[in-house]
Amino acid sequence: MDELITMTAAELSAAMAAGDVSAADVTEAHLDRIAAVDDRVKAFLHVAADDARARAREVDARRKAGEPLGPLAGVPVAVKDLFTTIGMPTTCGSKILGDWHPPYESTITQRLRNAGAILIGKTNMDEFAMGSSTENSGFGPSHNPWDLAKVPGGSSGGSAAAVAAHMAPLALGTDTGGSIRQPAAVCGIVGTKPTYGGSSRYGVVAFASSLDTPGPLGRTVLDTALLHEVMSGHDPMDSTSINAPVPPVVEAARHGDVAGLRIGVVTEFAGDGYQPGVMARFTEAVELLESLGAKVTEISCPHFKYALPAYYLIAPSEASSNLARFDGMRYGLRTGSGSAEDVMAATRAAGFGAEVKRRIMLGTYALSSGYYDAYYGKAQQVRTLIIQDFDAAFGQVDVLVSPATPTTAFPIGERADDPMAMYLADLFTIPTDLAGNAAISVPCGLADEDGLPAGLQVMAPPLADDRLYRVAAAVEAAFNERWGHPLLADAKGLSAR
Amino acid sequence: MSITRDEVAHLARLSRLALSDEELDHLAPQLDQIISAVAQVQEVAAEGIPPTSHATGLTNVFRDDEPAPCLTPEQALSGAPEVELQRFKVPRILAEEP
Repeated sequence: MDELITMTAAELSAAMAAGDVSAADVTEAHLDRIAAVDDRVKAFLHVAADDARARAREVDARRKAGEPLGPLAGVPVAVKDLFTTIGMPTTCGSKILGDWHPPYESTITQRLRNAGAILIGKTNMDEFAMGSSTENSGFGPSHNPWDLAKVPGGSSGGSAAAVAAHMAPLALGTDTGGSIRQPAAVCGIVGTKPTYGGSSRYGVVAFASSLDTPGPLGRTVLDTALLHEVMSGHDPMDSTSINAPVPPVVEAARHGDVAGLRIGVVTEFAGDGYQPGVMARFTEAVELLESLGAKVTEISCPHFKYALPAYYLIAPSEASSNLARFDGMRYGLRTGSGSAEDVMAATRAAGFGAEVKRRIMLGTYALSSGYYDAYYGKAQQVRTLIIQDFDAAFGQVDVLVSPATPTTAFPIGERADDPMAMYLADLFTIPTDLAGNAAISVPCGLADEDGLPAGLQVMAPPLADDRLYRVAAAVEAAFNERWGHPLLADAKGLSAR
Repeated sequence: MSITRDEVAHLARLSRLALSDEELDHLAPQLDQIISAVAQVQEVAAEGIPPTSHATGLTNVFRDDEPAPCLTPEQALSGAPEVELQRFKVPRILAEEP
């Protein structure tokens, strides 16, 4: 492999600042890597090669002219295909958007462009971010770089696979029920769901507006923090954006330390019933935290077991409303004939995949008169109880930990037509989304059964995102020392051929 | 059974999804299984617990009503399936007068 694609974003940034390498070289190396392996990984739906080269030359010119440039200048970033981008299609993994070219740019991609980051392409995802495997994409699944027969997780699976396969050092994703942390965990990389409202949703195609949270994926904790910092901050274009300073995540990532930190293990998310190899790695990670000076206690969150059913009422309800806009009238696919209503129904039937149809109908059911109180209303109350569980826990500890996922990456096809089995992939990540808190997944080793990566999830209160990085950086440093190399060096899916 | 095939067909109509018989046959038992599972929320004793619709606690967020650049008609219409006279052209919406 070309050395440039194995370097971290922080290393690339330093090398470019020192004049050792140009942004054009860095971009070309990653485009070469995409050309070499993406026919097997299928992480990208669109590669913006020409635009990336032009932007890289611009960065080099600005640097040569002595302009002050930020840490992401010249660094390639892969973008989940639900951020609207001018000059590139935005499909959201759906045939209903086809080759839609949005007329406006998302706040976050605009911030990245302003920072000189190179948007190298748009990544595959479960249609409208509904899924945990990318198998719900209208354009076929992506493949896990550890084992190409396995899913890369989802819905931000293309972004996770692109980073794990060294096609980009960083990627943007979104997390509604675990869609950043779960693919990061099963691809052996780092992924953060920031505090809800900490990152702008303007120009992010909506799935469940009270939950959708854009966030970063990277190969190291520091890289992930660098992207987190640049993408975050108040946006007047998003009325749910929080008007508060961005937590000092980069500073925290540079100073990993858990000495004296109070860490709670969520009782309900440990023990039997989950994949033994994942639980073994989790237990080791907790022991590691203790050996680094953390005070570990067990904390019960009794309502977390209702998070999954509550989520599968709240998210589909919001989706059924949000996705009403795809009606074949103003943009995207139009098919069928007759009245406007006939055309809408024909267009939506032809353009949406099975999971999106399931969720729209489930949400329509949960919101319909006669069922509203028993389903949507009840789920909203459960949401309150989960927030209360978190509040009680954070009264006793600084962060909570759990495995990021109940299992490692599963085979492509295994759960594709078994919705309930697929939903369980987000069992441990959903409570954080319902509460609007922040959480990260950081690699904690390989499961003995299958040699595939497992992630440690760290959860923090709202706007305490920096705590996640302080803990994750300590875990990363200690594990790398134990393993003698970063976990991804063990990924063999692309070398065995 | 928590939901019948006829009810699923009704939901599809409400959702503006023209599903085939095969799709309904496939989706109905899946929706039945999902609804049975999510009904678990009804076990929770939540008397007097206020609902949460979103987590930030923000309400009535306004910004100043100041003119600013916005999409041109050409940009707004750029993805339209059909355009006429600088407008979205859509199929007939109302039934013809008797």
